[in-house]
Amino acid sequence: MMTSLQRIAAALACREPDRVPFFLLPILHGARELGLTIREYFSRPRHVVEGQLRLRRKYGHDCLTAFTYAALEVEAWGGEVIFRDDGPPNAGAPIIRSADAIGQLVPPEVGRTDCLLQGLETLRMLKEAAGDEVPVIGSVIAPFSLPVMQLGFEAYLDLIYDRPDAFARLMALNEEFCVAWANAQLAAGASSITYVDPVGSPTIVPRELYLRTGLPIAQRTLARIRGTTAISFASGRCLGIIDDVATTGAAAVSVSTDEELGAVKRACRGRLAVVGNLNGIAMRSWSEADAGRAVKRAIASAGPGGGFILSDNHGEIPWQVPESVLLSISHAVHTWGNYPLTWTQTDE
Amino acid sequence: MPHTVGLLIDALLALDRSRVRRILLEAGSPDGLEAAFEELMTTALEEIGAEWEKGRVALSQIYMAGRICEEAIDELLPPREGGRHGAPRLAIATFDDYHMLGKRLVYSMLRAAGYQVFDYGRAELESLLFRVREDRVDILLLSVLMLPAALHIADLRRRIDQAGLKLKVIVGGAPFRFDATLWREVGADAMGRTASDAITLVRRFSGGIA
Repeated sequence: MMTSLQRIAAALACREPDRVPFFLLPILHGARELGLTIREYFSRPRHVVEGQLRLRRKYGHDCLTAFTYAALEVEAWGGEVIFRDDGPPNAGAPIIRSADAIGQLVPPEVGRTDCLLQGLETLRMLKEAAGDEVPVIGSVIAPFSLPVMQLGFEAYLDLIYDRPDAFARLMALNEEFCVAWANAQLAAGASSITYVDPVGSPTIVPRELYLRTGLPIAQRTLARIRGTTAISFASGRCLGIIDDVATTGAAAVSVSTDEELGAVKRACRGRLAVVGNLNGIAMRSWSEADAGRAVKRAIASAGPGGGFILSDNHGEIPWQVPESVLLSISHAVHTWGNYPLTWTQTDE
Repeated sequence: MPHTVGLLIDALLALDRSRVRRILLEAGSPDGLEAAFEELMTTALEEIGAEWEKGRVALSQIYMAGRICEEAIDELLPPREGGRHGAPRLAIATFDDYHMLGKRLVYSMLRAAGYQVFDYGRAELESLLFRVREDRVDILLLSVLMLPAALHIADLRRRIDQAGLKLKVIVGGAPFRFDATLWREVGADAMGRTASDAITLVRRFSGGIA
């Protein structure tokens, strides 16, 4: 039997491992395991580490993650984080109030920023616990997507379309920060980095704009990250830009539940592994049978030939998804995910 | 008309403001410029929304199309006094959430269709209840991005009903798109899958009077 690390490595190399690997990412659920509020849970690296380890023992998934909340990065730039008891923390008011203010903006230094140092400490502790058994996933928000929190979405779209000079300046700053933050995570023990770029998805910007903006930014940034990378469009579509994504150097791409997993897998043609695409929102009200059917369908669509990691379509399981559903997903993967997937040739 | 709509869609997606203005001005109808604008823009924006739903148009293009339509209205039409005759009183808010773009898109669509809308910005339950009562709102449009905020709409609905308010609630945003039954669960009267669906739904709830 392969270790989780070997299983993921085989999938990323677009080969068949012993079983379909799965990334279950109940980021917030560790708080419930420890009987803490979400705010308390994220306040100490040891909480997150203990939560991650308990969740993996319970569900048997193939990774640990040091990701806590997306607003962490804007917190590093001086922004406010707003916690709530039933969901992920949000970024508060934009830190950039006008396009002209970008000229005075100074990116945070990773080694001098408390919230990032805390993230690195979490990674070190997870790596120590994981050894060579389990990959520990690090993550960064793409330079092209971080401005949604830095400026607000509407102001960011205005910047892209109306102020190319200020946009270019912000991208240069964000790229430097992103590379430094990603490489610090790798140095602290991350096995790979997920590059989260929802704005790059054709759901958000048209391909012709992505080719001029998000794509070259991803190409430059990923080339400077000294480790394995995967691109996540966080529920956004990717089929229309798969050939472009394949030029970034990423090893894998996440797939939206809006798209047919098999179609994306075929488009990747062995250049990228696919990660996805269980519907995390609908999951909240799934029965055990629903979970089993969804897992089976995903494995049948993208499992044969390898190069597939089963996951949700966003990169985070909502707080409202019950333990019974996550156990059912795990059970179904262990039942139907063993290679060779001969049942996919006769079933359905 | 279909040909003109196609031209307008092309111009909007190309962000060609001068072409948009030219098409609108050339489409003057016996009902007057305003009616022609509303019909053309509404049809074009609805079709652009439908294309987004199919994955053929991006959200940024919907945003820019709405923005350009609003600019054209401000530039080419005289200021409107009190909204169209017989139109329902509309209000819009981002509810219990910090993601404002969805609300902005819907607001643009409704303005282009000739509606006046109270924009409550980001609102919590108590303030929203107070304002819809004060403004005698007929239809409340709520935008959310996060699942907890979507679920929280059920509390708002309960309070609206307890207060005896007869308003309709239309919801939209990612959680409702990814779970097609969620809008019923939270007690909404309808759900829009795209921003331009708001126009169709508002017309439906207006009983065709506007």
